[in-house]
Amino acid sequence: MSARATVTVFVPGDAGAVSLGADAVAGALARECQRRELPLRIVRNGSRGLYWLEPLVEVVTDAGRVAYGPVRAAEVPALLDAGLLEGGQHALRLGDIEGHDWLRGQQRLTTARLGIVDPADIDDYIAQGGYVGLSTALTMPPGEIVRVVTDSGLRGRGGAAFPTGIKWKTVHDQVAPQKYIACNADEGDSGTFADRMLMEGDPFALIEGMTIAGLAVGATQGYIYLRVEYPHAARALALALRAARERGYLGRDVRDSGRAFDISVRLGAGAYICGEETSMLESLEGRRGEVRVRPPLPAIKGLFGQPTVVNNVVTLATVPVILARGAPLYRDFGVGKSRGTIPLQLAGNVKRGGLVERAFGLTVNQLVYDYGGGSATGRPVRAVQIGGPLGAYLPESRFDTVLEYEALAASDGLLGHGGVVVFDDSVDMARMARYALEFCAIESCGKCTPCRVGSTRGVELVDRILAGSNGAHAGDIALLDELCDTMANGSLCGLGGLTPYPVRSALRNFGEDFRRR
Amino acid sequence: MTRERSSIERCVDAAVTRMRHEPGPLLEILHSVQNDLGYVPPESVPLIADALNLSRAEVHGVVSFYHHFRERPAGQHTLQLCRAEACQAMNGDALAAYARKRLQLDFGETRDDGRVTLEAVYCLGNCACAPSAMIDGQLRGRVDPQTIEEYAADWGVPA
Repeated sequence: MSARATVTVFVPGDAGAVSLGADAVAGALARECQRRELPLRIVRNGSRGLYWLEPLVEVVTDAGRVAYGPVRAAEVPALLDAGLLEGGQHALRLGDIEGHDWLRGQQRLTTARLGIVDPADIDDYIAQGGYVGLSTALTMPPGEIVRVVTDSGLRGRGGAAFPTGIKWKTVHDQVAPQKYIACNADEGDSGTFADRMLMEGDPFALIEGMTIAGLAVGATQGYIYLRVEYPHAARALALALRAARERGYLGRDVRDSGRAFDISVRLGAGAYICGEETSMLESLEGRRGEVRVRPPLPAIKGLFGQPTVVNNVVTLATVPVILARGAPLYRDFGVGKSRGTIPLQLAGNVKRGGLVERAFGLTVNQLVYDYGGGSATGRPVRAVQIGGPLGAYLPESRFDTVLEYEALAASDGLLGHGGVVVFDDSVDMARMARYALEFCAIESCGKCTPCRVGSTRGVELVDRILAGSNGAHAGDIALLDELCDTMANGSLCGLGGLTPYPVRSALRNFGEDFRRR
Repeated sequence: MTRERSSIERCVDAAVTRMRHEPGPLLEILHSVQNDLGYVPPESVPLIADALNLSRAEVHGVVSFYHHFRERPAGQHTLQLCRAEACQAMNGDALAAYARKRLQLDFGETRDDGRVTLEAVYCLGNCACAPSAMIDGQLRGRVDPQTIEEYAADWGVPA
């Protein structure tokens, strides 16, 4: 009798879903099913990235997974009355979520298991194609692994878009007593959350990717530098790391290969600058997160002075699928020099926000309107900021821009970590420009003058422009532009160097907002 | 509530013992102290400096560099409101203004009655469910004035 068999229900443990009440939903389900004597197994999966439908509950039935959402804890009894555990009809019933328009056109490689796999169960990871990449890598000489990653065309997804294989080759070629893999999980850009989703929803993918990186370059120790704002990810990683060690996927002898690799998680402490790679290395060493002067590159002299691969979470979590399915498969996605797929994150004032992984080539229009459905407030969309607080603001007239590295660079912007934040027509772009400079002042490490002083002077200038007489206006705008030049050309790292992007794009595209009011 | 010297010593000792053989342990030790005591007491700085063979200035420099480390105890409750772009796009400025007015606090301040600390944070990674807040360590999405009012009332903050 199927009604008495244990039913598996997925209730996301993803921080975003939890922020909308997923824990309460899981609790209500457990209580109510116990009361009704219905045997139940709750899996806390990751999110599939349809955040307007979270908490998105999925029930495993004979006909596959049936989704309901957004579910509130108070609705659980009524859902059970409607036959939730058999996939029964209800206003919140969405059916097979993989048939949803949002997911159907996506090409999920890096995030293929997100929301599907049980992030706390290494066997489930293996059953869903996990650790095939590592098995392949273990049959290859290190240089061959590096070649596969190079051939895949994978570029750093943290923002800098440097070819991953070339970075690995540099570390591989160094002779040193110790090498490191340092994973940058300091995802501080507003509008981005793909790293968080992966660490919470498929942590073994990151662990596997780091292990492959270790084999490729001859590193035996990895660090995940995780921002302290991500406690859910910290818990998911701790569980996954323990399981990987217990099962011999990490440790002194990875899968009886005779090769050692292990990973420690180190917590950041609320400093945006530590997402910059050299600042992150300083922080990992227990110091103030002050930027280092390059050269030497971290690949030559990185963590504790040793050759170090510094890669972002998405980059490393993409490596397993490349090894498992081959470089050509990955490379054949994408456009121009942007190969493969990119997990884009749609956020801010948008009706449907979340995760869209597709081959490079999507336009802003497609993302904001086809996926996002326009603004959440229903007002006209006026601007998007692409690539976090250091990314440019694009006006609606340029939403035909393709979301790939070169196209954005050509329009004086950057793709960064792939976050797109939507603003409606109530946005004051002069305030956003001021905020960009203020944020730079708050987060500057203080090492170089253009960033430390320039940001504060910039805030003052914007204030003066907004308060000033029309006569002073033109001169101050020119001065702000000149200040941006100094910051862009004179700063040690991207914080001071790229803050001019949001400022100048606001000035250029939304000049009317800077006139005296 | 500030801590007694003996409890600070115990807590620093425990953290140092656990971490001293790890490379670059200072941040981990500071996290441990703050987790145990709720802040990093100025009295702990020379103890940590001694144990790691660092100068006091070096330790203080690290404590003061990172926004997460507190040099004073927080209130009984902590409201961390995200002030970054995605939350601003969802009327975050008005929400921030409401929180400041309702709690009678500016960002970075603790009420004199010790009930609440209000802090600004820059991105909680919940940008598709903006505006976001971390309230006593619990992440909340789509926060509105009503949410803040409920907590304020619950915490006994006079209206």
